[in-house]
Amino acid sequence: MHDSHAAGHEEHVHIVPDGTQVLVWVGLLILTAITVGASVWFPGHVGVGVALVVTPIKAALILMFFMHLKYEKPVFRWMFLVAVVILATVMGLTFFDYSHR
Amino acid sequence: MSTQAAAATGHVVHRDPIGAKTGMWLFLFTELLLFGGLFVIYTVYRHMHGADFHEAAHELNKVMGVTNTFVLLTSSLTMVLSVAALQRGLKGRSLQWLAVTFLLACTFLVIKFFEWRAKYHHHIFPGNPHLAELPAGEDLFFNLYFMMTGLHGIHVVIGMIVMSVVFAKIRSGSVNAERHGTLEYTGLYWHLVDLIWIFLLPLFYLTN
Repeated sequence: MHDSHAAGHEEHVHIVPDGTQVLVWVGLLILTAITVGASVWFPGHVGVGVALVVTPIKAALILMFFMHLKYEKPVFRWMFLVAVVILATVMGLTFFDYSHR
Repeated sequence: MSTQAAAATGHVVHRDPIGAKTGMWLFLFTELLLFGGLFVIYTVYRHMHGADFHEAAHELNKVMGVTNTFVLLTSSLTMVLSVAALQRGLKGRSLQWLAVTFLLACTFLVIKFFEWRAKYHHHIFPGNPHLAELPAGEDLFFNLYFMMTGLHGIHVVIGMIVMSVVFAKIRSGSVNAERHGTLEYTGLYWHLVDLIWIFLLPLFYLTN
């Protein structure tokens, strides 16, 4: 295997330390607890507001560390940004439409 | 296998991990837009039937929703540990973490089963005439709930099937420390399943 003639672009394998990933996991659990706590103790606008702020942070943690986006070539982050912009455009236009009916 | 054959015949095997990874991400974007469309529908109907959505959300079991979030987040961690172990050449440990991930996925579906069964006993399931008698917003909420958690559940099942295949491939050695892409992309898919659930939690379970 070691002397295989594989001629692909040899990729630098960057391995994130296990300890870092465990910390990310702990962070995700704490953020989940905050979201749940806010919805229980401050139902209504505060609870929804906290969820709207905290959930994207959780998503960013998963994308950057678990899905390795932080360590990939920049093109992967740009690609992701394009997908998010498309989604946000569709959402924005739809909400604009419905909120003015 | 192909590398051994190449070594024997002198052929050069072209591999393109960057290209493969790009393809995987493109697929994940289509998944994002698929669920994104459902999120748009949810938000518009919630805007139109706010009170009904709040009323209907009381029916959902918050404890089960939060427990399943814990299960999925943990399964994402064990998946990451499995990939890292394989990249370090620790085949046995990688298989162990992958098996734990699989069991956590099972746990998620078992909890989901009890949740759906409770809804069924309350006559809340798609196609039931009882749903149509509820206020329009509650009917919409429950149909969206089953549609979105159902579609997510299908993704969990697919993830488990793929994990089983990769497990066999790691054991046989065709996925290994040098060629770990298959496990890595399975991990990406699994994290996306986790990511979508993170948004489903506040939408359905924390809405009251």
